[in-house]
Amino acid sequence: MSTMPTSDSPFDRALFVTGAWLLALVWILPLAWAIWAAIHPAQFVTRFDPLAPLTTQNFIDAWNAAPFGRYLLNTVMLVTMILSAQLLLCIHAAFAFARLEFPFKNLLFALVLMQLMITPDILLVRNYATVAQLGLLDTILAIGLPYFASAFAIFLLRQTFKTIPKELDEAARIEGVTLLGLIWRVYVPLAKPTILAFALVSVSNHWNNFVWPLIVTSSVNTRPLTVGLSIFATTDSGIEWSIITAATLITSGPLLIGFLLFQRQFVQSFMRAGIK
Amino acid sequence: MRRDWLHAALLLAPALVLLVSFTHWPAIQTVIDSLWSTPRGRRPSVFVGLANYERLMADPTFRRVMWNNTIYAALTIPASIALALAMALYVQGRIIGRGFLRLAYFTPTVLPLIAVANIWVFFFLPGFGMFEQLRQWVGLSPRNWLGDQSTALYGVTIVTIWAQAGFFMIFYLAALQTIPVALREAAAIEGCPRFTFFRRVTWPLLMPTTLFLSVNATINAFRTVDHLFVMTQGGPNHASNLLLYYIYETGFTFWDTAYAATLTVVMVVILVVVGLGQFFLMDRRVHYK
Repeated sequence: MSTMPTSDSPFDRALFVTGAWLLALVWILPLAWAIWAAIHPAQFVTRFDPLAPLTTQNFIDAWNAAPFGRYLLNTVMLVTMILSAQLLLCIHAAFAFARLEFPFKNLLFALVLMQLMITPDILLVRNYATVAQLGLLDTILAIGLPYFASAFAIFLLRQTFKTIPKELDEAARIEGVTLLGLIWRVYVPLAKPTILAFALVSVSNHWNNFVWPLIVTSSVNTRPLTVGLSIFATTDSGIEWSIITAATLITSGPLLIGFLLFQRQFVQSFMRAGIK
Repeated sequence: MRRDWLHAALLLAPALVLLVSFTHWPAIQTVIDSLWSTPRGRRPSVFVGLANYERLMADPTFRRVMWNNTIYAALTIPASIALALAMALYVQGRIIGRGFLRLAYFTPTVLPLIAVANIWVFFFLPGFGMFEQLRQWVGLSPRNWLGDQSTALYGVTIVTIWAQAGFFMIFYLAALQTIPVALREAAAIEGCPRFTFFRRVTWPLLMPTTLFLSVNATINAFRTVDHLFVMTQGGPNHASNLLLYYIYETGFTFWDTAYAATLTVVMVVILVVVGLGQFFLMDRRVHYK
């Protein structure tokens, strides 16, 4: 990595390291406290006694107090459906923009890019009306539908496809490979890192999405975790903080564990996906 | 190349149909809706021209919301970017516990905002939360941070900064890696102080990233409202209400769809202006590969 300038005094260095650690501790504090409160009995919510007994009761209580199992299932179905649909639609669209010549190509691409500015969740009133007209209110499909055609995915994949040498196209065509064969057997495998990057970003975005799912869902069988948690945490003020933190960790848990296990891929994916 | 045209049409059609149905068409429809009244019971929607916009101009809540959103943007944008830069500088080189530091900075990004908002509510609880314990420690009286008109907006602002700074950090990290080590070595040989090197070399080279993040942070300042649902519901008395939350309230609590459409038009105009600003401010040379 980089070498430090020699003009650093030990005092400066100490200040630098202290600053870094202070900031990190402040940043991790909310999560650290949530974990503390969730694994200890309620009376230790603000008493930081290192000898406090550990418990899993808060998680059991939270799990039984609301249908989190169902919410979790809904969220998993939701993010899987969105990602599959996004990849299916956007890989094809991106290939067309990257490799084919057709009229109004630039205009159409500009229309696609507009969605980067005006995202579907800004237009919630109108999109709610559309979903209602389609008779899809309170379905998991309705939560995902506006996000299927992702401008971001099309843009990202188009950039990647453009870097693939055109000679491969010709070689494949001489071999008698069809257009779809070319896309799925040549382009998709070569774009794997981009697809993985997009997948991680998409899954974490839609796992965490809240306002749109809140609007279109109204029953236990469709609500994702985020909506379920917000209803659980705001309906009754009588719920113990230790149980709310346990519920919060249940909601974020799978994604957080995934992140801890694949930290490097996560950071690199977000980086790759954000660099335009 | 007629065959190409056909292929392109077939490949693009499904994505474009959905894209138009949930982005372009609703955007146009929203503008139309804003010129009509909200249908109520047996009274159908009638054309009202610019009446909704006149109402907008006279609406003190709208003014309050726009002002709040301006403050929210003016605080979250520079604070998130400055903290992100500090984080990136902290962890780019060798430092004790680098892995942990990176993890601590970045973790808020992968947590659902709605979930961490619950945790933050606890931190702000009067007489009970973390800040309060600190205040009691130095002998100050309890304070209801989120229930007080003068502090509620700052409460939600802090959470937004906390949630996005780590995300922005990784862009600075990526940009810092592209700065040649030779520059740093040359500066070290010349005995150039760290701060001078930062001001004269690092900061200018990071400018494209800073601009890119500014646009992102601006868009986020109008789109990030999840935590309001748990923390303040825009209150007390609209003190922490933001534009998107106000649209939600108008559309789905009061079911005043025409006025919600009018507010949405304002939102779309803001985002388009930011988007065009990005387009003209940053041409190709400003992007990194």
